[in-house]
Amino acid sequence: MPNCQHLEKVCSKLEEYEQYRKFKAYCLKVLALSNDNLEKTIAVAVALCLVCAVLVSLAAVALKPLQISNKELDMKKNILDVAGLLQADSDIEKVFSSQIEAKLVDLDTGEYVDGDANSYDQRKAAKDPAQSVAIPKDKDIAHIRVKAKLAKVYLVKDGNTTKSIILPVSGYGLWSTLYGFLALDADGQTVQSINFYDQAETPGLGGEVVNPKWRALWKGKKVYAESDQASLEKGLIEEADKGEPALALIKGTVDTSKAGSQYQVDGLAGASLTSTGVTNLVRYWMSKEGFATYLSKVRTVAEKKS
Amino acid sequence: MSSEILNDETKKVLVEPLVTNNPITLQVLGICSALAVTSQMSTSLIMALALTLVTAFSSAAISAIRNHIPSSIRIIVQMTIIASLVIVVDQCLKAFAYDVSKQLSVFVGLIITNCIVMGRAEAYAMKNPPLESFMDGIGNGAGYSLILIIVAFFRETLGSGKLLGIEVFKLTKDGGWYDPNGLMLLPPSAFFIIGLIIWGVRQWKPNQQETVEFKIMPIAHGEGGHH
Repeated sequence: MPNCQHLEKVCSKLEEYEQYRKFKAYCLKVLALSNDNLEKTIAVAVALCLVCAVLVSLAAVALKPLQISNKELDMKKNILDVAGLLQADSDIEKVFSSQIEAKLVDLDTGEYVDGDANSYDQRKAAKDPAQSVAIPKDKDIAHIRVKAKLAKVYLVKDGNTTKSIILPVSGYGLWSTLYGFLALDADGQTVQSINFYDQAETPGLGGEVVNPKWRALWKGKKVYAESDQASLEKGLIEEADKGEPALALIKGTVDTSKAGSQYQVDGLAGASLTSTGVTNLVRYWMSKEGFATYLSKVRTVAEKKS
Repeated sequence: MSSEILNDETKKVLVEPLVTNNPITLQVLGICSALAVTSQMSTSLIMALALTLVTAFSSAAISAIRNHIPSSIRIIVQMTIIASLVIVVDQCLKAFAYDVSKQLSVFVGLIITNCIVMGRAEAYAMKNPPLESFMDGIGNGAGYSLILIIVAFFRETLGSGKLLGIEVFKLTKDGGWYDPNGLMLLPPSAFFIIGLIIWGVRQWKPNQQETVEFKIMPIAHGEGGHH
């Protein structure tokens, strides 16, 4: 076999070096020692660690590019999914690059910020003290403690007009922090879709946040109250005055004949705590702490244009 | 495979762990992951495959160097080999089966602490040659897989009316007749199912029943803590 000859050649070449001969002799000496010998114990431990370290780092380094591209592709898939652009046979990269534009938004001012939006990682930035701010306890209804100063939003473009705005949201459910995207129409008020891409809620109960049937219920719901609570049927929506986020999950099924049903989504059966968590995270990110300032600016720009 | 490879010893280590010496039902090892991943069939299958591969290859590797493992550090040596293999498996899953690796999350990493892998390394691989140890790992992995698949079958069908994500029973919330059993989706249900399986197996094979080591004395009236 040519491989074997090759190996033999390498071996005979190695034999020419004195260090290799010494090393080989030492190995044989150690192997011949009794297993309880201290020197052998140390030598075996060192050799084993070296071999395992090489194996592990080889796997990690060699597979890293594949893993990163998997992660990016998965994220793009989620974004296309929430934008309603995901078809089974669509080329994710192509659709994404032609119709989606990532932008950075300063949550405080609501203005777009220059910067490389594509490489910005909001979840990483939230963990970096220089790029994030702590959320005051009384405002932290989503229980996330810190938020990144800059948020990465995605605009779905059709030519030059923005069709919809995709906002990153996150908040605590029952077991885990849910990470997802909320897609709004260009009016910043009507929900198109919601999609949680990272969560560890109970499968079958809270985990149903990923169920397409439940997610379809969100379409057409309104985020902000269009009138004061007085004009809505009493008790349907708590503490949401005009312009405040009113969208909430309720217990049971929404009665669409009643006033205020446009602000309500069916709660998840058997998962009250996850449902509360989802309500809170939507309300948090739609409040002034989150995207309210940005969305009101988007609305004024859109009105000026029309 | 020639008949020489499949000699009696190999057959024994391959077949015995399925029922007569099952790691879960007889040795009661690896229960923790059996509870955690069995709410869906797909995750159970991947977990079973990952564990079988890790057990087989770690047993083979440990067996290959068994004559040179100093007894004072043997557990650490075994752990190092197992942990390295688990990391490699985890990296491969992340690269080639990203969706599944997301669902399994920490449980692949926890194969390191799965008692079956350590148990086989210590009980079999340290005393037997690599090929038999490899087969023993496959056999025990298959025994673990069998129980996982049975448990996942009941949990997924009764808990969410699906099997491998395909609808089996139409749920009431979708206009069907089946009202899913929420308990089946929670880890404790696996305890009940595994308990029932162990009961069944030990009724079938009474030699697996353990002899009672001591008898619990009846509590006299008025004693024995609060009620």
